[in-house]
Amino acid sequence: MSALAVVRPGPLTTVQDLGRRGVAHLGVPRAGALDEPALRAANRLTGNDPDTAGLETTVGGVALRALGPLLLAVTGAPAPVRVDGRPAAWGAALAVPDGALVEVGAATHGVRSYLAVAGGIAVPPVLGSRSADLLSGLGPPPLAAGTVLPVGPPPAPRPRPELVPLPAPPTELVLRLHLGPRADWFEPGAVARLAGDRYRVAAASNRIALRTEGPPVDRARSGELPSEGMVLGAVQVPPDGRPVVFLADHPTTGGYPVVGVVPPADLAAAAQARPGTPLRFVLLRG
Amino acid sequence: MLAEVADTAQAGALYAWLSGLREAGELPAVAEIVPAARTVLLDGAEDVRALTALLATWRPAGGSGPEGPLVEVPTVYDGADLAEVAELWGVSPEAAVRIHTEPRYRVAFCGFAPGFGYLTGLPERYGVPRRATPRTSVPAGSVALAGPWTGVYPRSSPGGWQLLGRTGLTLWDTARDPAALLAPGVRVRFTAVRPG
Repeated sequence: MSALAVVRPGPLTTVQDLGRRGVAHLGVPRAGALDEPALRAANRLTGNDPDTAGLETTVGGVALRALGPLLLAVTGAPAPVRVDGRPAAWGAALAVPDGALVEVGAATHGVRSYLAVAGGIAVPPVLGSRSADLLSGLGPPPLAAGTVLPVGPPPAPRPRPELVPLPAPPTELVLRLHLGPRADWFEPGAVARLAGDRYRVAAASNRIALRTEGPPVDRARSGELPSEGMVLGAVQVPPDGRPVVFLADHPTTGGYPVVGVVPPADLAAAAQARPGTPLRFVLLRG
Repeated sequence: MLAEVADTAQAGALYAWLSGLREAGELPAVAEIVPAARTVLLDGAEDVRALTALLATWRPAGGSGPEGPLVEVPTVYDGADLAEVAELWGVSPEAAVRIHTEPRYRVAFCGFAPGFGYLTGLPERYGVPRRATPRTSVPAGSVALAGPWTGVYPRSSPGGWQLLGRTGLTLWDTARDPAALLAPGVRVRFTAVRPG
């Protein structure tokens, strides 16, 4: 069986597929690739099914040794790719020989690059997914030097795209927002201002949530909200008033009011926005 | 879609009803059904209109839905906060243990961590505040109280609940089906046991 040996894990590299479904009632986050279109693209380039597990890097890249001849593709945040020290294409399928050193460098823009390998990262699934869930510790731990990741049998040959279009990482992050379910917990003026005010992506952002810096959203109601279920993209406002946009590793229930929900289509850009990126919310009606 | 009901018992009843419909193949497709304190979240509904129409036909009945399985939780009552909780209740630690082992609990919902169940059943007058400063590490198996809830930590984690004792049961095991011992709807009884 082929495999990938981790030479340098980078600051944070995890195994991700499209995540866990149907277990939120047990307190299990969905996890999965934060930039889902980028993982899907890498899988298309290597002929994999869309839900095949690949690697998600964070800013600093990863270095791997191919154990067996492999077909790879790197997408997501643009980064220099090298095979045995020679520059190779980002966003395209690469055939690498047995023993080759594959390096994904630091992202030149954006945050998260995705590396897919034909056959997928074949670690054992947990509750139907191979994703690492950093909130609850399910799935494989973040990569460490020396880890050997098994690679599954390559899929039957099928037509593969040569290139896949991906949006550039945002210089300004614009997140649409459906108000509710607890918008009435906030001052009406504060909710209206949320759309006009300037925010920035905070450094404390991670796979659990995109944190923001900016003017606080003031509450109209004090007191505690009993815990309730939360969806991907829920924008919760803790007592400090700074909106928190929940991403893939979000807790399944929460006790602070959710002022609105960002549609899933906008979250890939949120996954690629670096700390300090200007952020605006655009209110959706209805 | 977030369905809001009057109280935790109704949320449990609605969750049980929806789960029953799903098992019978009579629920429009949804990705997740997540019960909570006073709500049931229906996430990933393919046909929101059909689901809304169905929810409108639900009538809250008495009780909190069908009886789930009963799980006995043998507990050594030697928690770091047992004396403080007893003092809050104005009783001896021995009486506090009797108060905690008396009710038949029910898992209202999960959250905070995989397999962490929020258990109802303790009479309202025994509600206790969370600790002012959460502990950085609460051992796995800790039996704890906060607000009206009782819970058991499935794994070691930070936590602000008041610790009454500990159990040797495995609360969460992904190699087991179901992975969560205390899933929504499960009935629970705590029994006091000696360390050993």
